[in-house]
Amino acid sequence: MNKYMIYLNSKRCIGCHGCEVHCKTNKKLPVGPILCEISHEPLKAVRGVPRTEFQFRSCYHCEDPYCVPVCPTGAMQKRQDGIVFVDQEKCIGCMACAGACPWGIPQYNSETGKAIKCDYCMDRVDAGLKPACVTKCATHALKFVTLQEI
Amino acid sequence: MKKTVWSMCGMCSVRCPIKVEVENGRVEWIEGNPHILKGALCAKGSAGVALIADDERPQQPLIRKGGRGAGRWEPVSWYTALDYIGEKLNKIIAQYGAKSVMMSCRGGPWADFFKTFIHGLGSPNFTNHDSGCGRNVHHASLSIYGLGRKDLIYDIKNAKHLVLFGRNILESLRIAEANQVLDMLDAGGRLTYVDVRQTMTGIKATRFFQVRPGTDYALALGLINAIIKREAYDKEFIEKYVTGFDELVEFIQPYTLEWAAKECEVKIKPLQMFVEELAGDRPRVVFHPGWMLSRYNDSFYASRSLQILNVLMGNIEVKGGQLFPKGAADCGVKGIRNLSSLITQKPADKRADGVGWKYKHFDKGPGLFHLFYDAIETGEPYPMKAMICYRHDPFNCFPDPAAQKRALDKMELLVSVDTHYSEFGWYSDVILPESAYLERESPIALQKGLKPRLIVRQKAVEPKFDTKPAWWIFKQLADRVGIGQYFPYNTIEELWAWQLEPTGYKIEDFNAKGFVELTDKPIMYDRNNLDGKFKTPSGKIELVSKVLTEAGLPSFKPYVSPIKPPEGMFRLVFGRSAVNAHGHTINNPLLYELLPYNTLWINKREASKLGINDGDWVDVISQPQEVTGTIRAKVTEFIHQDAVYMIHGFGRQIPLQTRAYHAGMADQKLQIGLLKEMDPAGGGLCLCESFVEVRRSAKNPKRSVEL
Ligand code: SF4
Ligand code: SF4
Ligand code: SF4
Ligand code: SF4
Repeated sequence: MNKYMIYLNSKRCIGCHGCEVHCKTNKKLPVGPILCEISHEPLKAVRGVPRTEFQFRSCYHCEDPYCVPVCPTGAMQKRQDGIVFVDQEKCIGCMACAGACPWGIPQYNSETGKAIKCDYCMDRVDAGLKPACVTKCATHALKFVTLQEI
Repeated sequence: MKKTVWSMCGMCSVRCPIKVEVENGRVEWIEGNPHILKGALCAKGSAGVALIADDERPQQPLIRKGGRGAGRWEPVSWYTALDYIGEKLNKIIAQYGAKSVMMSCRGGPWADFFKTFIHGLGSPNFTNHDSGCGRNVHHASLSIYGLGRKDLIYDIKNAKHLVLFGRNILESLRIAEANQVLDMLDAGGRLTYVDVRQTMTGIKATRFFQVRPGTDYALALGLINAIIKREAYDKEFIEKYVTGFDELVEFIQPYTLEWAAKECEVKIKPLQMFVEELAGDRPRVVFHPGWMLSRYNDSFYASRSLQILNVLMGNIEVKGGQLFPKGAADCGVKGIRNLSSLITQKPADKRADGVGWKYKHFDKGPGLFHLFYDAIETGEPYPMKAMICYRHDPFNCFPDPAAQKRALDKMELLVSVDTHYSEFGWYSDVILPESAYLERESPIALQKGLKPRLIVRQKAVEPKFDTKPAWWIFKQLADRVGIGQYFPYNTIEELWAWQLEPTGYKIEDFNAKGFVELTDKPIMYDRNNLDGKFKTPSGKIELVSKVLTEAGLPSFKPYVSPIKPPEGMFRLVFGRSAVNAHGHTINNPLLYELLPYNTLWINKREASKLGINDGDWVDVISQPQEVTGTIRAKVTEFIHQDAVYMIHGFGRQIPLQTRAYHAGMADQKLQIGLLKEMDPAGGGLCLCESFVEVRRSAKNPKRSVEL
């Protein structure tokens, strides 16, 4: 069962795109791959104020991921706690995973020649910390939720 | 080897406290200081690692070989560059006197350093960027309270109502302040936002007024009128601390709320409801007096009016209002020692910008940079021959760089000290590359507040290139012009120890959290006894300012309606994005990835009249001279029809910055003639007082006949 999720409190989010860079710098990614993304709808006037809502998207860490079975080397894996991740040692960069994922989530890292995707910063999670995007969100709008606690 | 380094972010001028994790000489992680910011950081803050890695910055001192701006440089050693500058300066000083040398910086906690350098040299000509930024706000605050713009802080978190006139507080980002705004909103507080367009801040507002450009002053006047008419002001506070209220009441009569609604082109009903809210929410209402308010020719009076509204709310030294920032003395301790304390004799000459003698109502501290151009051009009151800019890029922050260059050609020495190539640096004679903030230490700074603290920037990693920290550069320069005694240290440790000596603290005391708090409890003054806290000539809050009166300026200026743009033209306004700090981060690879160019916002109806579709290329043509640029249009209904808008900082022209080079457009290059347009009362430049023509560009091909 999936244990974690990242929740965005859109009321606090100010669309500063900090989380995207927090993620990239933590994973030492070059220009190109972006593992989490903030987006918003075009503005619409609500009671005189033009407004919008923000969405945060990384990887859905599907219960039954499309990306895992297509991977020819077993690099793409799902952990016990639900985190879907790429084992960098095994990955050959064929990007079959990206083709299989309905949202094209896995990205190509041109510096390593391998796939990369959000893994909830599992090294940090395993060390008792929170994902980079959540830890450093400019307004504390992102929350790392442990579902079993609810 | 792993280590934790406490530092201060340097990606923008906010200087958020940060915690840096370093492993084997590499920055592995940067987060907002957990004791102050609970980890929070903006995109720029994280992109600091890309700044260190970036090799598109000056890597060693450079001396110009070709003509100015030609981009031919000779890489030299530090000692060659410093000797070169030292010799030139000594020659200029011998011929024209020390006063012919000027020094500019970007203000902030370390301005003391640069002031000491230039005053030590014997020149009064210390200045900064602020006449293209917050001078109107600063002078407005001085005229009312006798206190500068930073001598009152806003307790936004505890406010019931925050009112922002174009202060785009969630995009012109300061992390701690943005969190205060969101905390206030979470607690049910109200946010009223006034601007000519919708912004990231405006989308969070409870009320939004899209006003006609240049009418902020009218709206503020209408509000003052309504508040007084409704008697929704703090009579006791005014009785006790304020002079000039009767004159205000008389002046304000014609400026009714109904008049303001018409002038600003907003509906009257919501305005009336807004006034009702204010009446109920006071005194916990903050009218932000503006940040970057070098905009219109009445911005000074607009800022004054916002301060008058604060006074009417009686919001001084109350929870959720404006608070006095406390310093070391309030905590009963001694503060740090400043280098300027070593200067026993202030330079005798009058300032070349005229501040202090020709313009007596302006703050003498940094004067007004743009007024130096008059002196440079005319040689009056005396010739100006050398300019040193530390971190300040006048070509990016002041209008009309071409006009600036024409004036600067009269000068013999231009020196740029900066981490990156600034547009000014590219035109200068010597570039002294400063180490990036993660590669350098800075002197200890005092941050005033309810709980004042001392804070320090430590070096996280060794410089990647042959760059140096400012404390070293200026010490070396000082030695070469014979004023080394004002910089009594050889190492940063010696400087820190010297600064800290009166306080009894040691640099080791910063190891635990990166800062030292001077008190553990927030300090508030007794609101019933604020006598002596206002530094006006009368010691009161002066609605009729003695300083302005003596300068022959009105305290209440009759409103003059801004001219409407001629047919087919638009008022050019500009602003900020949260992912860039002015121009100096545009070339950062990770930030460039987020926002590679700016666009021109244009009102939907106007665009359709001109046949412009969203995403089209448009030509923007300045007046009166024709400077043209091409940029993509962003067609939106959420900007006033009289205005077009672009994010400031783009359109850079330094070939070595391959990403930023010619990406997007620079508003200041279109602001022809505005270098000399200043608000005579506030000293701020009127950067939004220019019109541009917009045309669909021929760059939108109907046919393309390539193979
Ligand atoms: S990469 Fe796509 S398919 Fe795989 S877990 Fe994430 S969202 Fe699901
Ligand atoms: S790119 Fe890597 S993770 Fe993706 S399918 Fe290929 S081997 Fe597996
Ligand atoms: S860092 Fe936080 S506030 Fe900024 S865009 Fe991401 S979620 Fe929103
Ligand atoms: S606001 Fe962002 S760039 Fe500016 S100092 Fe703070 S973290 Fe750094």
